Amino acid sequence: MYENVMKSAERFKARPLGRDQKIGGMKQREDLLFMKVEQEQAVPFITWLKELGGFGHLVLFTAVDFIEQDIFQITYLLHSYEQHHDIVVLVEIDRQKAEMESIHHLWPHAATYQQELFEMFGITFPGSPRLYEDFALEGWQGPPPMRRDFDTKEYSEKTYFPRPGRVTHDPATYMKEQLYPGEAQTW
Amino acid sequence: MDNDSNNKEQLDEIRKQLTLANNDVREGEQAYFCDARPVVVEPYRGILERFANWARSESLWILGFGTGCGAIELRPLMTSRYDMYRFGIQPRPTPRQAGVFVIGGYASVKTMKRIVRSYEQMQGPKFVVGLGSCTINGGMYWDSYNTINRLDHYIPVDVYIAGCMPRPEALLAGFNALKAKIRAGECDGMNKYAQNFDWYKANQKQIIKHWEMPDYNW
Repeated sequence: MYENVMKSAERFKARPLGRDQKIGGMKQREDLLFMKVEQEQAVPFITWLKELGGFGHLVLFTAVDFIEQDIFQITYLLHSYEQHHDIVVLVEIDRQKAEMESIHHLWPHAATYQQELFEMFGITFPGSPRLYEDFALEGWQGPPPMRRDFDTKEYSEKTYFPRPGRVTHDPATYMKEQLYPGEAQTW
Repeated sequence: MDNDSNNKEQLDEIRKQLTLANNDVREGEQAYFCDARPVVVEPYRGILERFANWARSESLWILGFGTGCGAIELRPLMTSRYDMYRFGIQPRPTPRQAGVFVIGGYASVKTMKRIVRSYEQMQGPKFVVGLGSCTINGGMYWDSYNTINRLDHYIPVDVYIAGCMPRPEALLAGFNALKAKIRAGECDGMNKYAQNFDWYKANQKQIIKHWEMPDYNW
């Protein structure tokens, strides 16, 4: 499987991540492969994986906001039932121009994921059906809430009438001072 | 972007032109939707009111609408171990037959829309039980972007049951507290809602932006 995918991966300029690395003393699972692809090559690569590579099941499709690098990382997790193998396709897109090719022509249910990604991250997928309709947040007017520059605490305090009297303790200091004052410091 | 309906501006345009659901209804049938403000209902006097309150407290019919994760605690309450029927409590499938609304934990804005609508459809006298700490101050979702913090700013609440989640015993204690309050004639949430209707509506409108439902007191 690995050789087969890698042979075509060169065509799509996809490179495997951490295949033989040991992370925290543990080797990566044999049946899981991370591939990083350029944005232009992502959908052709996924199409190849689905049609010819045997990865017919879209397990998961989500995004991660790496605000420090000014990118969104889009994650496609595919599974092959014949080979019992997972493959993760990672695509980095520009955070300022958050736009990605749609894959709803490959899996119709991807349109729902894309609807959610637009609502939560503001990533657009041109051509995806029902993309701009309300999904979970009906009538949301703020910025996309899962972006990391959206301050959810500030928004909540402004909008939802916080009840006064809530005190927040740092768990470590609170435990040390209040509950176990005599104990030796173990953390 | 070849599909026209995908255009966000166009969709906003369409949304602006969207009319409420009862606009298409013929003139004679529009009356099925209530467009009147709720009114204050004066209680009876003396022994009549006390008798009515006793009767109300002994048949609490709760609305079977599990609005949050706390609704899972209502299932063991129904079955033989805790058996809420011996307290005269039973679930009803529709708000029009129910007298007690149990808000089961966190309420997101999307659910809040349904809660308000269901609460307004319930017939008086109606009582609200806030279940779990999420209804009191937001609980563990206090800083979430989409869940409310204080339920009593949107609908009047008679009894809160603290806990995350409260066990069925706590729920029974809460229902008994509700019964005692009803018998004492202190559960006046419906009149409170009618008196402070503008305040409640202003709070509701602050979070619920798209109503798109029948023009029901909105």
